Amino acid sequence: MRLLPTRSQRGPLQRTARRLSTHRRSRFAGVAVMLAGLLVTGGAYALLSPAGASSEVTDDATSVAEGRALFLVGCSSCHGKNAEGIVTQRGTQYGPSLVGVGAASVDFQVGTGRMPMAAPGAQAPRKDRVYDEQETAALAAYVASLGPGPAVPDERYTDVSDATNEDIVRGGEFFRTNCTACHNFVGAGGALPGGKYAPALNDIEEKHLYQAMLTGPQQMPVFSDDVLTPDEKRQIIAYIKSIDEQPGYGGYGMGSLGPVSDGMFAWILGIGGLVGFAVWIAAHSTRSKKKVEA
Amino acid sequence: MSTTGGTPAASTNGTTPASTGKPSRLAGPANWADERLGIGKSTKKQLRKVFPDHWSFMLGEIALWSFVVLLITGVFLSLWFKPSMAEVTYLGSYDQLRGLHMSEAYASTLDISFDVRGGLLMRQMHHWAAHLFIGAMFIHMMRVFLTGAFRKPRELNWIIGGMLLLLGILEGFAGYSLPDDLLSGTGLRIADGLVKATPVLGTYMSFFLFGGEFPGDVIISRLYIAHVLLIPGLILALIAAHMMLLVYHKHTQWPGAGRTNENVVGFPMMPVYAAKAGGFFFIVFGFTAILGATLQINGVWGYGPYNPAEVTAGSQPDWYMGFAEGLMRIFPGWESVIFGYTVSWNVMIPGQIIPLTMFAIFLAYPFIEQWITGDKREHHLLQRPRNAPSRTAFLAAMVTLYGLLWAAGGNDILAVVFQLNLNWITYFMRVAVFVLPILVFILTRRWCISLQRHDSEVLLHGYETGIIMRAPEGAYSERHLPIDPERAYTLTARERDEVYELESGTNEHGVAAPNARMQRFRARLSAYWYGYNVQKPTREELLEAHEHAAHELEAHDDQHSADGHQFDGRHDVEGEELTHRH
Repeated sequence: MRLLPTRSQRGPLQRTARRLSTHRRSRFAGVAVMLAGLLVTGGAYALLSPAGASSEVTDDATSVAEGRALFLVGCSSCHGKNAEGIVTQRGTQYGPSLVGVGAASVDFQVGTGRMPMAAPGAQAPRKDRVYDEQETAALAAYVASLGPGPAVPDERYTDVSDATNEDIVRGGEFFRTNCTACHNFVGAGGALPGGKYAPALNDIEEKHLYQAMLTGPQQMPVFSDDVLTPDEKRQIIAYIKSIDEQPGYGGYGMGSLGPVSDGMFAWILGIGGLVGFAVWIAAHSTRSKKKVEA
Repeated sequence: MSTTGGTPAASTNGTTPASTGKPSRLAGPANWADERLGIGKSTKKQLRKVFPDHWSFMLGEIALWSFVVLLITGVFLSLWFKPSMAEVTYLGSYDQLRGLHMSEAYASTLDISFDVRGGLLMRQMHHWAAHLFIGAMFIHMMRVFLTGAFRKPRELNWIIGGMLLLLGILEGFAGYSLPDDLLSGTGLRIADGLVKATPVLGTYMSFFLFGGEFPGDVIISRLYIAHVLLIPGLILALIAAHMMLLVYHKHTQWPGAGRTNENVVGFPMMPVYAAKAGGFFFIVFGFTAILGATLQINGVWGYGPYNPAEVTAGSQPDWYMGFAEGLMRIFPGWESVIFGYTVSWNVMIPGQIIPLTMFAIFLAYPFIEQWITGDKREHHLLQRPRNAPSRTAFLAAMVTLYGLLWAAGGNDILAVVFQLNLNWITYFMRVAVFVLPILVFILTRRWCISLQRHDSEVLLHGYETGIIMRAPEGAYSERHLPIDPERAYTLTARERDEVYELESGTNEHGVAAPNARMQRFRARLSAYWYGYNVQKPTREELLEAHEHAAHELEAHDDQHSADGHQFDGRHDVEGEELTHRH
């Protein structure tokens, strides 16, 4: 206090400082400062960050603040209070750092219910989403504000309603080259080492398919825009949707898991049924029946 | 006293003699044919040929009829399939592939599926019939094995059957590879790897097979000729030989009253078996048609054209190759480099050596068993599986091994469907393929021996009537009654096992016999294989037991059944009431 200038020395600047100082314990001070801080950082970020990495959402400071509040409650126990990640004593990741993963990652992980995880495990399974659309957007905004990363894709890349047949055919080629090895030829899913797996691709929102390719969640490799351009990603989505919608031309598909389920049906239904008929035929002998009646 | 589930009396003929009625309408044409072809004389005997009746004798028929379905549907498919690897642009009805470059084989398979009327149904019936064909051969051989129907004089027919199974599997694999989709190409790649794993010759054989580096442009047309001409021709010839031997040997039968090693009791070919077998053909055909119409199998359009750069999850062979796939999947990745050449033990042992060894043991089993027993007699009566405990247990162990390897071949599907850890399935299988067959062998053998004991007990002490007797001093016992003679006959209609015993092994001068070591081994094997079996009771034992039982009955006559037992539903209860006697 001693160091403060005396009243006689006060100029206009000091007066303002004085006023701020008297109000600094006000109830609204924290919020105001945070808002101001966020506005400044957000604004600066919007101005300085590379084009494309930001989107309208990240600019929205309230959204970021809301997202942070949600993050602190629902995510920070694993990812750290500042999303810096938590390293266990054994040196493994408890929850990875989220700096730079971008809004697309959050929108995918939270939007498909994978995050927050219900329990630690080899892989986060898809489940009912915990956060609604707006909350997810807020979380995405907050995480996006931490560092540059892929944004939620524009709708023109995820809308496949006007895809041409050529798009679908090309998408199928990309799909077989890049996706079937893990996800199976009709996207029915497949196993990976150590209890991990490539999930089934049916009934997944176009946006999430796109984001999965873009961000490479869990075991999936990243297919950046240099590897598969946004338009090629859209073609893949169009192919997945087209086989998803196609009827079972040959009847019930038995899970579309390939020859293993065929074999099961061949034995249980086929051989089982025909042996049943053999027993039936052998049990019905015209003569022996006559004998019984006689 | 009633029979309790024994084999019914064999009844060959009706009680009334055959009589001539009005001449059949078939008589005219039959006579016409007979006068020109002389078929009357040759078929007269065969038409009245007698076959015994049992459901398990019809399992081979499933294989036969599904082979006929395969021939019929296969001819249909061959009218449209183009076995060529020439590149064409697909312009058919399936949207997702239109405009793509692909082999003519794949394009024509798509055309059969989408643009040929009934083509998809035929394709699916063909595939299902192939599964049923091989599956039915398996269960047919299991039946033959379990009942000892492979014993002299039928050893060669066992080997013919084994060759048929092998050819059926090869035929199936060739068919699997023909559509040239992503799955069949992946299968061929594995076949290529198997061939290449042969030391020294591998690469030469692979280049010879594929006409150059994999995949080349000749393999489809080569496999096609094997699939539609070479292998089916061999299969047909072997089926003919199989059936001729069946007729020549006459069919085996279950033992029973009137059924001996020297006769066959059953129904004649005409009209009973002609109707039954003919009817069964239509059942198999209809069943296959239903499967083909309702269950999608090998939807080739989903796989896309084969491209060596692509692969799909769920790439498995059809089930009959599953055990080999499983062997490959669980085998450790051993390799060694000798003089700069890699020897792929990890492919050679599970892919070539073990399957061929298993197949060789399987073919040689009749001779192995014959060598152990030294039994050179003819056998036309079947054995119940329990009466050959070691053989039954051996099959159970082999089925266990096969099943485990089969499951290991689908380890990724198991992992994804049951949410298991892929690696742990592999580790489990590596141990289980050694431990579980042994465990199953021991358990099955003990189980069979227990059933044999039970048979002996029933023979000697009668069956459990469920009637509880109370002795004057208050002790309770269950009354046993002798089983009816027919069932007793059936139970005792088996031979005693003889354990081969080594005569000293040296002659009077103390010189060891030339093959003494082999004979000692044989004796040990024989003791292990047959030594634990329960033999049927001797005549003396049976007489003594029956005498004992008669005494028992007499002794019981002055007793009364436990109070309340009069209401057990076996007696007339009129006028009965609880006696309250103590």
